[in-house]
Amino acid sequence: MRTFKIIILIFILLSLSPLKANENELQNKITKNLRCLICQGQSIYDSDSEFAISLKLVIKNKIQNGLSEDQIYSFLTEKYGEWILYDPKLNKNTYILWFLPLLIFLFGGAIIFKKLIK
Amino acid sequence: MKNRSIYSLIILFLIFAFVIFYKSLNKSNLYEPKSKIKDIPEFVTISFFEKEDINSKTFFNKNKFYLLNIWASWCVPCREEHPLLIDLSDNNKLEIIGLNYKDNIYNAKLFLKELGNPYKEIFLDKDGTLAVEWGAYGVPESFLIHKNKIIKKFIGPLNIKSVEEIQKNLK
Repeated sequence: MRTFKIIILIFILLSLSPLKANENELQNKITKNLRCLICQGQSIYDSDSEFAISLKLVIKNKIQNGLSEDQIYSFLTEKYGEWILYDPKLNKNTYILWFLPLLIFLFGGAIIFKKLIK
Repeated sequence: MKNRSIYSLIILFLIFAFVIFYKSLNKSNLYEPKSKIKDIPEFVTISFFEKEDINSKTFFNKNKFYLLNIWASWCVPCREEHPLLIDLSDNNKLEIIGLNYKDNIYNAKLFLKELGNPYKEIFLDKDGTLAVEWGAYGVPESFLIHKNKIIKKFIGPLNIKSVEEIQKNLK
């Protein structure tokens, strides 16, 4: 009976570890996309500041509570603004950021095309 | 003639570069988050003195003004602003609530014993997660609250100007 209990316990522990690994992976993915607001040029993932440590803990708790990646991003943008994201969402404040490189590329392409035709 | 225009162009460029550098070096690189939170966050925490559970939903009275101040005994700017909080605590219209951030309780009690206690209640935030719910990223930070809404946020230590602003809101 005791051996049976131990086997069941090992089985439960083994089945939990991939779940934990997935949670860690998601936490790392999210924290790598977050800007540390008090340490310039570092992500939350890279930083060991008090703010970053707390934020990592908040994200870990949110993942354990079943929140998705997008829900966590919207929670954080509500608290800290769009600036906290390294990869900002496309909206009315960021459309220039997203479309300007494309426009410049098209404009440059048009100039080159015109020169070639001449 | 050509040389002259080249010289003036170079000088213009240098003046332009100087102005750009002068302006941008004077500008603070610190980012102030554009927080969208207006309502006070919901949370359950422990009281600093009584060690009882506090629920934010039932704690804040709608008709009163509150100043939630995030502080810690290890934070030097908190010492600077503390006399201003003591002065503000004399105002009957305002209740000052502390949020003790990642602190050692013993040191925090010593801090209050040494500098005085302006707080009506102090919430404990041992791991800093509560401060994130408020959209804070450091200590000290203060939030002026009325009717369960955040009406003003002060990042960094309070100064005479911010105290005047708080008093203006209380009138």
